[in-house]
Amino acid sequence: MAKARVKAPKKAKAGDIVTIKTLITHKMESGRRKNKKTGKLIPRHIIDKFTAKFNGETFFSSDWHGAVSANPYMSFSYRVEKSGEFEFIWHDEKGEETVKKTKLTVA
Amino acid sequence: MTNIKSKLGWKLATAVLGAAVVAGSFAASAVAKDWGKFQVEDRRSGYTYMTDETRDVQNDDFENPGMLWVENGQSLWSTKMGSAGKSCASCHADADKDMKGVAPSYPKYNAKMGKMETLEQRINRDIVEKMGGKALKFDSKEMLSLMTYVGKISSGMPVNVKVDGPAAPFFAKGKAFYYQRRGQLDMSCANCHEDNPGKLIRANTLSEGQINGFPTYRLKWQKPGSVHRRFKGCNKNVRAKPFKRGSDEYVNLELYVKWRGRGLPTETPSVRN
Amino acid sequence: MTNMKVEVLDRRQFLVTAGAAAAFIGGFSSAANATPETAAALLKELTKGGAAGAMEGKIKIDLPEIAENGNTVPVKLSVESPMTADSYVKSVHLVSEGNPGPEMASFHFTPASGKANAAARMRLAKTQNVVGIAEMSDGKFYVSKTQVKVTIGGCGG
Repeated sequence: MAKARVKAPKKAKAGDIVTIKTLITHKMESGRRKNKKTGKLIPRHIIDKFTAKFNGETFFSSDWHGAVSANPYMSFSYRVEKSGEFEFIWHDEKGEETVKKTKLTVA
Repeated sequence: MTNIKSKLGWKLATAVLGAAVVAGSFAASAVAKDWGKFQVEDRRSGYTYMTDETRDVQNDDFENPGMLWVENGQSLWSTKMGSAGKSCASCHADADKDMKGVAPSYPKYNAKMGKMETLEQRINRDIVEKMGGKALKFDSKEMLSLMTYVGKISSGMPVNVKVDGPAAPFFAKGKAFYYQRRGQLDMSCANCHEDNPGKLIRANTLSEGQINGFPTYRLKWQKPGSVHRRFKGCNKNVRAKPFKRGSDEYVNLELYVKWRGRGLPTETPSVRN
Repeated sequence: MTNMKVEVLDRRQFLVTAGAAAAFIGGFSSAANATPETAAALLKELTKGGAAGAMEGKIKIDLPEIAENGNTVPVKLSVESPMTADSYVKSVHLVSEGNPGPEMASFHFTPASGKANAAARMRLAKTQNVVGIAEMSDGKFYVSKTQVKVTIGGCGG
């Protein structure tokens, strides 16, 4: 569906608290904007849920509404314990999902 | 245009411009700041006219939403686009090397066409003639992706357009456009961007109108946009009929405006309000 | 940056703003209808009534004093708290007192978050308060209200 960018560390030490930054292309159509030519409301279409998991377990999530800007940016933290895999999931109202995975190695 | 409407408009505009100058004196009292690479002689990038919050968005590639288009452009680069079964990479395999310095040197004179060519038009020429594809619109997702990608490759390189030789008459036309008053408000580009940068236009700070960061991700647009889209917007703001993207008028204007920012670093994809 | 308004280019908008100060930005075309009351009602719902007993402090909502453009307003939030299995920040809810609707976003943390902080970008239709409420694992709530001035831009384009 959409293009996503994620900055998550590839290597870290146990106990580190790391910052993760994510971006995704999405219009986040609020459903309150009018088509300039037809004057009709453009149907609402937004990403309504963002989830961040590590080794399958959710450690951060966010519910989004029409007030979230287009091409949403989301940054948050994670406390590193062990090696594994991050999984980031953007779920949109039409049921489509964009998933991005990155690996983390604990030295 | 000398109808009554435009005269009225101009009266109002002059009155309020006067007010803008007064307001500007507040800003002028501030100590001159060192803008580093974002200032060359007396020329300052639009970056220096933004708030800290907006500059922060540009500063980090993982916070800058324009990078989504750059990344898309990178994948498009090696995507076959037309009947010839070729991608950009078929001829320019090492984009990082082959495209370095390209963006800051456009628009360029094209001898075959006998006029100036923007980078969008240059890309389209290859898509049509060499790849057998269909020309992309300036503000299509694909073109903005390719433009931001190619622009990003020259990140930090100084704007350096050739304005002499065969480009000279087009440069002169672009300059004439810049100083030509137009629209119901009867204002030229210079009225805002040469006479009043740093001063407030309603609630926004006027910049010098530099284009070293285009395509730029505008918070207002919530996506990147072309230089010509911005020109159209400015023309509409002064109640003038805008020209088309890719029109000779805007291509020449782009050359002139780009030259005004000579030496400024390529900031594509910049972030502006 | 000064927030003095100087009307320059846009004659029609000038008259409109001088008369009625109507704010319209790209993201929203209909008039704003969230109010402090609807925002409070939403918070009550999101916190299952807990918002009523919310205390000041602990939660920090960092928003620009003046938003350069209401379509994209950066927000950073943080809550002062340990993040352990025994004591952590469960959620932060952001609601609007001046958008077309009060809903903005909710952020859900776990002890594995390490820190209860997050950053995002929001649409704000006009000058208004943004209210943030943090829900702690012990059932306590903390609230913070931040005003953001949203200016009407000078240059459409």
